[in-house]
Amino acid sequence: MTYIAKPRMHHPTLTTNKVGYTRRDYEGPISTLCAGCGHDSISAAIIQACWELDIEPHRVAKLSGIGCSSKTPTYFLGASHGFNTVHGRMPSVLTGAYLANRDLLYLGVSGDGDSASIGLGQFANAMRRGVNMAYIVENNGVYGLTKGQFSATADRGSKSKKGAINTDSPIDLVGLALQLGATYVARSFSGDKEQLIPLIKGALAHGGAAFIDVISPCVTFNNHSGSTKSYEFIRQHNEAVSRIDFFPPGEEITASYAPGEVVDVPQNDGSTLRLRKLHEDYDSTDRYAAMSYMNEHAARGEVVTGLLYLDPLPTDLHTSLNTCDRPLNALGVTDLCPGSQALDKINSGLR
Amino acid sequence: MKRITAINDFVIKFANINGSGSASANELFSKAVMRMGVPVSPRNIFPSNIQGMPTWYEARVCEKGYHGRRGGVDMMVAMNPQTWDADVAEITPGGYLFYDSTRPMPASKFREDIEVIGIPLTEIANATYSDARQRQLFKNIIYVGALSVLLDVEAEVFEKLFAEQFKGKERLLDSNKQALHLGRDYVKQHLKAPLGIRVQRSDKVGDQIFTDGNSAAALGFVYGGATVAAWYPITPSSSVAESFQKYCAKFRTESDTGRQRYAIVQCEDELASIGMVVGAGWNGARAFTATSGPGVSLMTEFIGLAYFAEIPVTIFNVQRGGPSTGMPTRTQQSDLLSCAYASHGDTKHVMLFPQDPHECYTHAATALDLADRLQTVIFVMSDLDIGMNQRLCKPFVWDDAREYDRGKVMSAAELEAGKDFGRYKDVDGDGIPWRTLPGTHPSKGSYFTRGTTKDAYARYSERGPDYIYNMERLNKKFKTAADLVPQPKLRAAQQKTDLGVIYYGSTSPAMREALDVLETEGIHIDALRLQAYPFPQSVVDFIAQHERVFVVEQNRDAQMRSLLINELETNPAKLNRVLHYDGTPITARFISRSIRDIVRPKAGTDSTRIKETA
Ligand SMILES: Cc1ncc(C[n+]2csc(CCOP(=O)(O)OP(=O)(O)O)c2C)c(N)n1
Ligand code: SF4
Ligand SMILES: [Mg+2]
Repeated sequence: MTYIAKPRMHHPTLTTNKVGYTRRDYEGPISTLCAGCGHDSISAAIIQACWELDIEPHRVAKLSGIGCSSKTPTYFLGASHGFNTVHGRMPSVLTGAYLANRDLLYLGVSGDGDSASIGLGQFANAMRRGVNMAYIVENNGVYGLTKGQFSATADRGSKSKKGAINTDSPIDLVGLALQLGATYVARSFSGDKEQLIPLIKGALAHGGAAFIDVISPCVTFNNHSGSTKSYEFIRQHNEAVSRIDFFPPGEEITASYAPGEVVDVPQNDGSTLRLRKLHEDYDSTDRYAAMSYMNEHAARGEVVTGLLYLDPLPTDLHTSLNTCDRPLNALGVTDLCPGSQALDKINSGLR
Repeated sequence: MKRITAINDFVIKFANINGSGSASANELFSKAVMRMGVPVSPRNIFPSNIQGMPTWYEARVCEKGYHGRRGGVDMMVAMNPQTWDADVAEITPGGYLFYDSTRPMPASKFREDIEVIGIPLTEIANATYSDARQRQLFKNIIYVGALSVLLDVEAEVFEKLFAEQFKGKERLLDSNKQALHLGRDYVKQHLKAPLGIRVQRSDKVGDQIFTDGNSAAALGFVYGGATVAAWYPITPSSSVAESFQKYCAKFRTESDTGRQRYAIVQCEDELASIGMVVGAGWNGARAFTATSGPGVSLMTEFIGLAYFAEIPVTIFNVQRGGPSTGMPTRTQQSDLLSCAYASHGDTKHVMLFPQDPHECYTHAATALDLADRLQTVIFVMSDLDIGMNQRLCKPFVWDDAREYDRGKVMSAAELEAGKDFGRYKDVDGDGIPWRTLPGTHPSKGSYFTRGTTKDAYARYSERGPDYIYNMERLNKKFKTAADLVPQPKLRAAQQKTDLGVIYYGSTSPAMREALDVLETEGIHIDALRLQAYPFPQSVVDFIAQHERVFVVEQNRDAQMRSLLINELETNPAKLNRVLHYDGTPITARFISRSIRDIVRPKAGTDSTRIKETA
């Protein structure tokens, strides 16, 4: 049995957040992933982000596809309902769940195989529809769970552990998300907690389709020289264009930075994102500029990270559909059924 | 030449060009006959294309209320020059040909053994209207007017129909009336009427309604409380979702806010439609998708997930001719096996079989209840014949005291009170576990839903006993389902017999007629109409009580027969196949001949005795 409950010893020094939970309350059972797997660092960042955001754990629905990455929702937010769906189809299940109850927070976790190979169509269409979710791809360039085959995000020329060279062009999910209308687009690295945690917080608070591509090395199958998704490669080629700090609604914004490099962006839910520009020529509010900036840097072999694009006033699927405020799953027969009199009228119209 | 003579009992077929506006004129004709108190069952026959190609509308007028396709054509309304030869050839000897005589036709284009009625429709239309579109549209109404005199349908009936249809649109009302009378007047002045076949006032329609199965299903989903619909267009199912949209806009828009109490998504493919339904069902909304065979094929991985993770899902399958793209605009009952056992591993799914639009409505609403109660996939197996054709049927009913059966959903209060929650645990002995909805309770009742094996408390487990417990419980749940689904309907023969027949779905009207015919010939058969799969004990008993049981269905491989043999371990030799699968709806003539041939082999050898035209 691979289910191992984590010992729940409450350390007296564990501090509680505003909703009364300790960081422990956001954890799950012990991970069964390989030691050193980038995915575990992302889980830790999710736990930290949710705790800091004062989210009640049970108000999050976590959904995933299939893969090592998609297994991770078991290992965080143990008090949330989770759904490990089928390979590549998490976006549709999440969309349906979101349609049923607009009042929960939706966290989608996927892998590069799950989202860029088998599930590219669903990934693209969820972005198009503006589903209100935080969608995280844990991108290692390989299929970890099936033992190291190339995925569709593997770079051309990248070498597999067994020595095979990938000759296909990579799919860039960030580029696609930008093009397809996602309103919050970021890339990060599982080894960069400082950058990743605020990005996840921003995504959860965003209120529209938020996407984060997290480079997450697979230590077992894709961390050798010749791989472009290894810890070593990313540390050397990471070009952070921005750093964000996240301030929850009503929080006093204290940190100060040199003027000219900092923009405070208010979010839909009242929170504030403080964006620190690391590159003078980078503009995070221009979708098209973001795309060309990324492409230019990619051509130079640089992996651009940070918050790449943000629309502070996103629309989402429920707004487009004009659905009522009450969650659809809370409506009962009196709210939904037109009744026998209306039916009699329909009948007489059919005679 | 002997003319066919018949009152309230004939088949008239309209050969038209698709997109010419004939559909509403033909419907008008059918409705008028029904307003005379005489049942009509029309069928659209249309190839898979949009405009400028042939379509046919075959209406059976039948005082006895047999709604099955009869076979044979007593009168052809030949409005399509492209298909003229075949259309003329199809008329039964002694029958009637109605055509537009504006342009002269060579004598070789007609037949000696039929009565030809030529009316210069184009000429009349062109003399009255100047606009090209009007000429085309009103030409259709002119022919309906002409037919009404030839077949003795009262003008007042049409006028009333027009008045209802064009309420508040006086100009349209007047012009339609005018066109109708142009046709009527021409026949009165130039021809002898009525013909040998004609309509006579009767009282056989009663309070029945005239509607199609797809819009009826949509209404059932509205009444049954579906709030999420996800779909991908495919003939012949698209109008289910489209009608759902229409009814929801009318009945589910909040009057004060203008906001919608429903969400409909037209998806990128059927993988996404079923995925959304699974997500919504998991999260406690009533959700459905409508599709046809190819869509079900794409959905099968998700169907297995929903079966194993136990998620309420309703799939409305409007079957068409398969395999592959098959005959997309023809009817069949050929998805039974692919739905009953859809997906990999050991899976089984509940199926309901509506026989007409009325049951498309009731079964759609019932399916939503069953999906919640059983926490599994429910298929409603309609087909093109009932889905896309209007049929006279019982009016819709709704009991205002009816509540939705949301099944076993554990509440926050129950969790708080310390009730034991094992997501996959059989606590009630019916195989159905309890579930919780996401977001219910801060610390109790959450679990991880997955398609992999787990223990009774939803914890990942590869232990054999955990797996077997779960699979056996699913089997038990399936047995419970047999008692919860709509039960088979028995029609006992007038005298004791050891012959039985099993049938289902759109075969019903043809079966009823065939049973009547066979009875007059002294062949007595007990008939059992299946309304659902899995089969309850009464099906076992029925088969046991008869020496020979015919299984009548509309597919090549006798799929229901296979299902009966497989599920009930029935002796195959006992079950006789009666199969009709050329894409046209099954007929009473076909059924009665097939059964007669088996029961009375000698009489049956004369297969030319009944000449059936497709
Ligand atoms: C329909 C289907 N095909 C194939 C598989 C096998 N499979 C499981 S995970 C996976 C790849 C996962 O890759 P990725 O999403 O990148 O996740 P990782 O393990 O790398 O985190 C594959 C091919 C499957 N589960 N379902
Ligand atoms: S195989 Fe790779 S991706 Fe999977 S758990 Fe191990 S390190 Fe992580
Ligand atoms: Mg991967």
